[in-house]
Order: sequence, then structure tokens, then C-alpha cells
Amino acid sequence: MSEQSHRLDAAAAPGRIDRGHPLRFVFNGRGYEGFAGDTLASALIANGVHLVGRSFKYHRPRGIVGSGSEEPNALVQLRTGERTEPNVRATQAELFDGLIASSQNCWPSVGFDLGAINDMASRILPAGFYYKTFMWPPSAWMFYEGLIRRAAGLGRAPDDPDPDRYEKRFAHCDVLVVGAGPAGLAAALAAARAGARVVLCDEQAEMGGQLLAHPRGVGAVIDGRPALDWASAALGELASNKDVTLLPRTTCFGYYDHNALALAERVADHVAKPRQFQPRQRLWKLRARRVVLATGAIERPLVFRDNDRPGIMLAGSAAAYGMRYGAAVGRRVLVFTNNDSAYRAALALFDAGVGIAGIVDLRPAASGKPVEDARARGIEVLAGWALTATDGPSKVRAALAMQLDEAGAGVQGPIRRIECDAIAMSGGWNPAVHLYSQARGKLRYDGAQGIFLPGRTEQALAVAGSCNGAWSLGACLAEGAAAGAAAAEAAGFTAASAPAPAAAEENDSPARLLWVVPSDRPLGEGGKHFVDFQNDVTAADIGLAVREGYKSVEHLKRYTTSGMGTDQGKLGNVHALGILAEVTAAEPGAVGTTTFRPPYTPVGFGTLAGRDVGALADPVRTTAMHGWHVAAGAVFEDVGQWKRPHYYPRPGESLHDAVNREVKAARTGVGILDASTLGKIDIQGPDAAEFLNRIYTNAWTKLEIGRARYGFMCREDGMVFDDGVTTRLAAGHFHMTTTTGGAARVLSWLEEWAQTEWPELRVYMTSVTEQWAVAAIAGPHARALLAKVGTGIDLDAKAFPFMAMREGNVAGIPARVFRISFTGELSYEINVPARYGMALWQALMAAGAEFGITPYGTEAMHVLRAEKGFVIVGQDTDGTVTPIDLGMDWIVSKAKDFIGKRSLSRADTARGDRKQLVGLLTDDPRVVLPEGGQIVAELKPEPPMAMLGHVTSSYFSANLDRSIALALVRNGRQRIGAALHVPLADRNIRVKVVEPKFIDPEGRRQDG
Amino acid sequence: MPAARYSIFSLLRNAATYHREWQAAWRSPDPKPAYDVIIVGGGGHGLATAYYLAKEHRISNVAVLEKGWLGGGNTGRNTTIVRSNYLWDESAHLYEHSLKLWESLSQELNFNVMFSPRGVLNLAHNLHDLRELQRRVNAIRLNGIDSEILTTAQVKAMVPILNCSPNIRYPVLGASLQRRGGVARHDAVAWGFARGADALGVDIIQNCEVTGIRREGDRVVGVETTRGFIGAAKIGCVAAGHSSVLASMAGLRLPIESHPLQALVSEPIKPILHTVVMSAAVHVYVSQSDKGELVIGAGIDAFNSYAQRGSLPIIEEIMASACVLFPMFSRLKMLRSWAGIVDVCPDASPIISGTPVKGLYFNCGWGTGGFKATPGSGWVFAHTLAQDRPHPLNAAFSLERFTSGALIDEHGAAAVAH
Repeated sequence: MSEQSHRLDAAAAPGRIDRGHPLRFVFNGRGYEGFAGDTLASALIANGVHLVGRSFKYHRPRGIVGSGSEEPNALVQLRTGERTEPNVRATQAELFDGLIASSQNCWPSVGFDLGAINDMASRILPAGFYYKTFMWPPSAWMFYEGLIRRAAGLGRAPDDPDPDRYEKRFAHCDVLVVGAGPAGLAAALAAARAGARVVLCDEQAEMGGQLLAHPRGVGAVIDGRPALDWASAALGELASNKDVTLLPRTTCFGYYDHNALALAERVADHVAKPRQFQPRQRLWKLRARRVVLATGAIERPLVFRDNDRPGIMLAGSAAAYGMRYGAAVGRRVLVFTNNDSAYRAALALFDAGVGIAGIVDLRPAASGKPVEDARARGIEVLAGWALTATDGPSKVRAALAMQLDEAGAGVQGPIRRIECDAIAMSGGWNPAVHLYSQARGKLRYDGAQGIFLPGRTEQALAVAGSCNGAWSLGACLAEGAAAGAAAAEAAGFTAASAPAPAAAEENDSPARLLWVVPSDRPLGEGGKHFVDFQNDVTAADIGLAVREGYKSVEHLKRYTTSGMGTDQGKLGNVHALGILAEVTAAEPGAVGTTTFRPPYTPVGFGTLAGRDVGALADPVRTTAMHGWHVAAGAVFEDVGQWKRPHYYPRPGESLHDAVNREVKAARTGVGILDASTLGKIDIQGPDAAEFLNRIYTNAWTKLEIGRARYGFMCREDGMVFDDGVTTRLAAGHFHMTTTTGGAARVLSWLEEWAQTEWPELRVYMTSVTEQWAVAAIAGPHARALLAKVGTGIDLDAKAFPFMAMREGNVAGIPARVFRISFTGELSYEINVPARYGMALWQALMAAGAEFGITPYGTEAMHVLRAEKGFVIVGQDTDGTVTPIDLGMDWIVSKAKDFIGKRSLSRADTARGDRKQLVGLLTDDPRVVLPEGGQIVAELKPEPPMAMLGHVTSSYFSANLDRSIALALVRNGRQRIGAALHVPLADRNIRVKVVEPKFIDPEGRRQDG
Repeated sequence: MPAARYSIFSLLRNAATYHREWQAAWRSPDPKPAYDVIIVGGGGHGLATAYYLAKEHRISNVAVLEKGWLGGGNTGRNTTIVRSNYLWDESAHLYEHSLKLWESLSQELNFNVMFSPRGVLNLAHNLHDLRELQRRVNAIRLNGIDSEILTTAQVKAMVPILNCSPNIRYPVLGASLQRRGGVARHDAVAWGFARGADALGVDIIQNCEVTGIRREGDRVVGVETTRGFIGAAKIGCVAAGHSSVLASMAGLRLPIESHPLQALVSEPIKPILHTVVMSAAVHVYVSQSDKGELVIGAGIDAFNSYAQRGSLPIIEEIMASACVLFPMFSRLKMLRSWAGIVDVCPDASPIISGTPVKGLYFNCGWGTGGFKATPGSGWVFAHTLAQDRPHPLNAAFSLERFTSGALIDEHGAAAVAH
């Protein structure tokens, strides 16, 4: 364990760390110590570690650049094993005891990385080089690509499933305040005092924003007391207000339409692992009446030659490491700036005991209080100078400076070498307008400051603080308080007119905008001016892209990959735009920005998935009789969300053995099927019959009460959409059944027509699928079985005919009994309230023992119906089949209108040679055709072959002791009797086309 | 102006002059008063149309008008999957023609479009899926296109990170595989076709929005644009996401609904997924880009919209599906999400066709899957424009089919349920 060589003296730089609470951690296999309150980045800096990772393309050594979510370089693989996470910004990883992290994208080590060969070859690897090469020989791309893929990527995915869990929460509030810096705190206070329900979120662990870390905040005075005291009082007041929710460690990452916002709360990322039952992260889906964006500003770097060495970082971040974490980024820090804020950073560092090697300022006439303060401390200020190069084996050890010419286009005079071990740079500050832009807010370009500021917006939001271009603490507080009060007022509350928290206003001297800092060599010739650190995009790359015509901001981004790294260009994007504008002689405002898209910072897949994974991926629906099927050893199949018994094997039975037994029982004794999953829709209203008349292809108005009818419904294009039996319970009351998988679709369909097309019809629908349990009994003994359990219904075939419904008490249970048949046998479908489903089933099984009652599953059901030629919508149809194609002309009314009717007379739909439903018999009765087999008239030695259609259903029929199949075949009705072929990958099967009815074509068996 | 050839040698040569000598990949001319053909829409399909008009039909007095930047519509917003495993003959032949063009497109254009035939897997999760898979694979094979069925064990061997446990909610029961399918670099396709067309004399004009279509009698004579009137006797509209808007300028109504379709990428990680994996039942399709990002396609938002943004619930669903099939994805992070607008026809097949207005042609309605067709679509549309009649490959994709009923229902073939 090494001592913390770069930890500052507690008296000079107390910071927000707890020096009494040391934490051990391991980085790249070496043990270190930090303190509670550290991030991994601050702890590394406190230990003098700057080399953290390698860049994406050139594998150049890189250090820590920022101190928050803007960090492009310091990405680490955090934790090991099943909880490992790639691409974690060390600047956001809170230190915990036992933390293990390592560098990414380097081999064998971050100090010596063979990938750095790319850097040596970088002269032939400019932006977009891969579009110009790797094309020869034509077959070799996959080889080149393999090398590229291995070199690319950053961290590694875990090998194992995620052991943690994630939760989601929906919430509403009157005012959401994003960002808990001075502006956000002031806004939240004002809104909460007005009585609004407030949510205040901040991406950092500790709320306070720049009051914790920024030279303007630390040591400032608000309302006459130290800023941090004010902040803790404000947070205390907010925390004690029951209408306020404080969400630290929570990033508002998405701003969607109508003030719907998405927040990711890192509940347990700051500890080794979550407690039992604690989620790792929580997704908040928030609907806010008003939003106040107090998202602050992000410092931007300076684009100078070799500005990427470890040790070169943002000035504000260098100050933050000193003031917030008590860690010195170096012992001789050189400051390079174009504005006043870096002076404050230098002063703060100096006062904390950090040596300042000097301040190099692009402005020739640097003046004002910060400049005077620096000079007063004996810090040398080189005004009108620029850094033209940096030097060092890996980490920076010196910088070269020269005087800028008047235009800032070149440098002149002698070269001065300045020894240093860190460079704190500042190119100004960009308002963090990401969320504002996601909300479709328009940006305006401020040419004097070289920044994009919020302009006009349609959403119910306000922007406050440095996100809005307010730079002094006093202005931030004033804007925040005003925005919070206004938001509360807009949400219907009355805000007391209280003065905003007051702090000193400090006005800075203007910055000097230089998108590229010149050096003594032409741009791109020797050294690199990095714009996007992570993706290794240089100022020269931008020039190249423009030369080649990729001038649109989007083309520039895509061609150079600038702004496409995990930081999404938080540091470099505005510079890229500025350079683009300069090269094309346009205004940055006219060049525009690329589109800001969610998420603001990357969000975990697991966080977005929440609990809808594993067994909870989709609800499992089971019937009231499910437990019985399980106990009976049924094998289940998924049908939609339902678990349905596929078959009920007895010991030693295969699928086919079981199905053969089940289908025989249904034709010779009695079989029983759990038909509860069929969709059931209760339809009521005076116009219910007329409604059905328009929905179904056949006529419904004259159906008698107590009678049932089979119907097809078609889409507008005349193609079969669903089928089922619907029964008239009363004049204005119907019970509709649908296919199992189609239930929800059909209800939506009915509602759409009822609500949008025929609002004049008085008809109302509700799903009752779950309310009824259904046992279907089928077979010659079905009536006897029913008689035995008792029904209170006259079961005589004349009194209770086919396609009728009677109400009674089956085995003492109130029931609706439908005499309908999907097997062709004498059959009853007994519907009872779902809570009695199991009792009904058990009663039928007990009473049926003497008849050899046999439960059958979906496979036997399929065989039984196929023997009769009954179609299954979705299997024998596929959305391209009309009722007429199925040979069911009788079900299509000629007299009345219905959905799809007009389409049936369209030229192609009315053709006589469409694909039609037929039966197929194989020459060899033992051979069962594969479903999905394609049918041809003429066999060829090899494809292509002209296809006529396909096998839709195919089974071995134990009742017929041979295979049977249904198929859709072009002009099939005319081919009955003909021989066709089913060519498969490994064999060909010859078939004969027959009528699609294999058993009891006259339909006598259904009467028993 | 012949474009300088791209090669490793030209890269080396230009390195010597610090890459200062590279020329623009395409010119940016001012529009001429009139052209033989105007293509409205500078996406992949439109640029490919212009390229093949010049290359195959010697019609180079052509302008491509783009309201924004080249490839800024669905060309730059899709998940880059290329395949030809379609059920119906008409689709299979069209997409297969396109796939064959993909196979040599980098050499054809002298621009590396990075077509990478790393295989496309379509998973089956229930018995119905398996049946449909069999049907599809048999049909594709009999159309002379590569297609095979994999068992669960074979799927697992090919994609070890896929959760093939029998105990998940919807287990993987098998898959179809098209080995020749894969992915390509979407932006490069637009840029490559633009550069190729430009070299053949086509004028590519960005930031030029068509605001009206001028007709004289029953034929078109040109377009009104933000840069003035431009005349042409033939106008090909290839503006996915806005096809119905353009059609209404000519008084036509297309059978199209426009919806947002979202996609997203993860942060880059080292290679873990070498194949394209698609599942219709557990709705997700995913591949890994050369950069290392997982590229994931979501479903369409149910509402109609021309705004290129979607809603969060769709993203949540897709992430859950991804984590179900790939449980180790859970700790990866979504880096960027976006939406494009897809024009969906009732039968989920495109329209590549003339219209009742003489000289006005539409190439649209590609729904959620137009990228794979880019070269083939341009190839047949160029033929249609040049000859004033469809090529046999696109004859079935006419506008008349919505009157005749000869639909090409590919709902099952679309990766995304329409």
C-alpha cells in the first residue's frame, strides 16, 4: 500500500472527504488507499496516478481530464466477475472499500500497449481512412474487419448474468428541478416554499454543485454566511418538507414529449454490492407539470498541439480535485486559458498549497481582478502567449510556449520551455443544454462567448443558472429562485415574493475565442491537436473532412466520429463546430449543432429493462385447471402468454404415442380438453347484432336467442383475420369466442371499429376470457357423461340441438353449455365461472372414468380438427387467405355488407386460381409431411423450382391409420386428384391432392 | 471530373502531403434549370437510383435533391442489417438481387461500404414460430437462396452468449440462418453512391427542399424547391418518412402510414457477438458493430408521426428483451437512441412504381426494412425511370396492387411487427 503522495494538507484543503475513514482499493493490480468521499479518479490523483487508459483509435496514453460525467478518457473496468462493468468513468465511480478497477483497451498493460503501433502509423490513418482501403482482394474484408474489431471496443462485457436487480418507479410532481447546484437549490427552495410538490435530482452523490468544487462557490458568501452552510441549510429545509423528494446520484437522462422525463438513480453503485432486496439502480419515469433545468455548464478544453498527455486536464477539474477532494493534480501546475475562470482555479490551487508554474493566457491584454490576484501571489502570467507543444515520456513534464500573433493564426518569437507536471486548461464553459435540446428547445449562438444558449421552447420548462449563461454565483441564485417561483406559480401555487439568496456578482473580462491554438508547425504536420479525446479526432481531421465534402455537422460527426464516444462529445463538440465554421467561413450558429438525443449519460440496459427479465419477462397465463394438468404430467406449449397442455404422456409414451391414444379416445369414447384459453368477449347493446353483422362475413341479425353461429372476420383487404363461435344470449347480448392468440387483437379491432368508424352503434364490449373456465368434452359418450354429472338441461338431441346453448347446473355448478364441436364428434363446451373450473374438471374426470375419459392436449385437438378439415386461423391461414380460398363460400354473405366485402371482388382477390385449401395424402401412408414443406408440380434436380403453395397442417391420424395434411395450393381445387411433390433439403415426397375432409365428410358424428 | 481512386496506395501517397490533396467526394453544384430526371431524396435509395441511371442507362443529366444532408433520413438511422430471406417469390428475388449487388458494392463504388456477411439468425420460440421457420426456409431454398435451419444446440454453438436455457420464458427452439446475410456501414453506402453518381455526372444538391410538384395536364414538368423551380420530365420520389407528403404535392394519396421506429447503440465493448440475431417473438434484433457497439433495433411507436423521435416505453421493452436473451447485457449501457420515420404499406412491402401522373414515380413504403434493399432498389427504380416500365423484379411492387388486391404480404418477414 502506497501512501497518498498527492493528498493536500487538511488545513489548507479540507475538501469533502473523510480523512478519518480510509478505504483500500486496487487499480491495475496495485493496492492504494483513498478516503470516504473520494471518487476513483480523485483517489488515483491523490496517489499520483494519472495514466488511466488508452484512447480508442491510436491507443495513446491518457489520463484524467475532467471531474464528472463529461470525462472522455478515464474509463475503467469496474469490479470483477459477475458484477464487472465496462466503461465506467473513474470521475463518477465513488470509492468504496475493496474497489477493484483496471484500465481498458490496452494489451499487455496500460503502460506498455502494443496497440500504440496505431499511433506510429497514424499518418496513414486519418479520419475515414477505412472507407478508402481494405477493398482488395474483394474477399478479404472479413479478415481486415476481424483485426479492426479486435482492436476496437473499449471494456469487456461480463461473462455471467447480472446478479443484481433493478426497479422502476412512476412519479408525478409539480416541479422537477434538474441539478442541485446554487441555481437548482434556489429553484427548489422557491417552489417548495410555494407549496409545490418538488423533485430535485442531481447526478452527484452530494448535492451542492459548484458550491462544493468550483472556485466561485467554495469560499463564497451567500446571504452573509459561508456558501456551504447556506447549501446545507437549504438541503435541510428541503429534506424536512414532505412534498419534496431529493434524489442524489440520479441523472435525468431523457426529456420526452409533454414533460415526461426519465431519471436513472444509482441506488447501490457506491457500495461493493447492493444489500439483500435492494435494487442496484432505479428508473424513475416522471411526469412534471413544470421543469427547471439547472444543469450547469461544462468546461471546454483548448485545442492545442499534443493536448492529450496524462496530466493535462480541465482547469475547473484541477481546482475541484484540490478543493473538493484535497488532492493535488501536480506539484507544478501550468495553467493555460483564454478566460478568467482558470485564474480562479489557479488561485484556489495556489492557496491550497499547489505549486503553480505560471499562467499562459491567449489574451494579449489580460487584466482584471483575477489577473491582479495571480500576479500579487507572484504567479507569472504570460499574456498573449500560447502553448505550442507538450513534452513527456507519457505524462506531461514540460510545455513549450510562444507568443501569439495578433490574429491568433500563428506564433512567433522565441520558444520558452516551462517545466510542469500538470497542465490545467480552460477554453471557456459550455452551458449543458443537452436536456433542453432533447425537449426540442431551440438554441441560439452567442458569438461573443462562442457558446450555444437556450433560446425558445414549447415545453413547460425554464432554464436557470450557468446552463442559461449566468456565470456569477449571484446571478445563478437569482435566476434559480425566479425560475422556481415561476414554475410553482405556473403549476397553480402562489409563491411569496421573497428576495432571492444573495451573493456577490463578479463580472469577468471577455474570453478570447481561438478554436485551434496554433503551433510552430502547420496543422496536422507533427503533433496532434485533439478535439475529441476518446475517439482521437484532431483539428486536422476536421479540415480533411471538410475538404472531402463532409461539411454538414452530421456528416462531419459521422465521418470523423467526433462526438460519438461514450462522452457523446461533452467536451469537444462545440470546438468541432467552431473549427468547421472557421474552415467553411461560416458562423457557428449557422453551422448548427448535431441533434442531442437521450440519454444524457449512458444508462444501464438492466436499468431500462427493470423487472421484466427472467421469469417475469412476460406474464404466464394459466387456466383454472392448470394444477390438474401439471399433476397429470402434461407437457405444455406456449400459446401467446398461455401455457396449454400440449399432450399428456403416460410413462414411456412419446408425443406420438400419447397423441394417437388421445385422438382415438375422442372418436371412440370421450375426450376432455381445457378450452379456457379461447378468447371470450361479452358484447352488449341494442345494436350488438348489427355490429356483428358488419364484423363477420355471415349474417347475424336473425340468429335466435340461445343459438350459436360460427363466423369469420376479415380485414379490410378481405383476408381472414380471426374466427370463432358467437352465441346470442339475449336480444342485445352476445358471447363471442376468438382464437387463443387473437383475443386481444380482436378486442382492439372491435373497439376500433365501434369507436372510430361506427360511433352511432350502441354496442359495448368487454373481455371475459379470464372470467370463464371451459371444459370441452367430445366423443360418442359425451352426452352420457353430461347426463351422469347432471345438468338440469334436457340433453335430448332435438331439445338441445347442435349449435345451441343452454344454461344449467353441471355437476351442481352454474354453467353455460354450448353444443359446438371442433372435433366433429358429439361435443359440449361447458363454461363455468373460472373459480369453479377445477371443480368442474374434477367432477367430469370422476364421472367419466367409466367411459374411459381421456384428457387431450392441443396436439390431439389439432389432429382431430384436421381430420375434419377445420382450419386454424394463423396456421392454415396467414393473412393472405380469403374465406373463399378456404372453400367456405357458404360463410360469405352476398346480401349484406361487412368488413372486407369490397376487397373480395377486386381483380386479384376474385381470381379463380388463387391458393386454395386442399388435403394432401402421401403415397406412403407412414410418411408424415413436414409442416412448412413447399409444394411443386415439377421436380427439378436443384433449386430454383416454381412453388405452388405449402403444407399448413400435417399429422399422423391414428383414427385413419395414415398421415394426413392440409395445404394451400395455387389453383388447388382444380388439382384434386393430381400428384404433386414436396421437395425437402434431403428428400422429395410425392403427394396426391384430395378434398380437405378425411373423416365423416357428411358431418353425422356431431349428433352422436 | 473523374474521382481519384481510393486505395492503400492513394492513402500512402496522400500521407506524404499530410492529406491536403484529397478532393471532395462529390461536387456541390448549383442546380441547373432543368434535368432529364430529378430524384427527390438523397438517401441511399435515391443516390443508388441516380448512380444506376447513369451507370446502367447512360442517363447522367440527373439531379438528386436533398432537403437536408445526404443519408440523413433512414439511411443513417437503421440497424444496417442486410439479408434476403423473404417468404414470397417477388420479395425473395428483389432482395436477393440486392444482396448480390451488396457482395461487390465496395469494389463497384471504390468505397468501402464494409458489407460484412456475418450471418443472420432468426430465432424460433414456440411451435408456431418453428412451423413458420420451416415454411420460410423451404421457400427461400427453393428460390435458390441460401437458408438453413439450426437446432438449439447449433444456435448455442454459434452464439455462445445467447441464453438457450429451456427454462427461460420463451426458450430458443431453433433458428433459421442465412449465412450470406450480415451488416454494412450505413453512412458509407450513401457516400459511396453519391461519389459514384457524381463521378458519372449526376448533380447532388443538398439543402434543397422540394416544396411542390408542378404538373401540366396529366404529366409532371418539374419541382418547386427552396432554390427555385427545376424542370424535369421524369421525377422519382425516394423520400422515406415523407413519401405521403410528397405524393400529396402531386395530388396523390398513398396507402402509407408513417410511424417512428427507434434504435439504439450500447457503449463500445470488445467483440462478443459475431452474428446478427433477430427474434420476432421476444422482440429484439441485435448485432455488434466494428466499433464494438451493440446495435439494437426496437419496435415502432404505435402513433403516426413525422417527428424523428420516439417514446421511452419502446426502449424499455427492447432492453428487457435484449436482457432476456442475453442476460450478460444487463450491466452494459445504452449510449445513444434515436428514431427514424418509416412509411408502412398495408402489406409490409414497398411500392416501386409509376403513378397515374405521367413522369412521376415513387419508390417508397419500405417500412422497417429498406436498408438491405438499397442497391437493388436503386437498380430497379433506375430501370423503371429509364424505360418507363418496371423491371420484372419490381413489376409486382406496383401501386396498382392496392387496387387489384395482388398484395405481397410480408408481415412475417419484417423484423419489426407492423
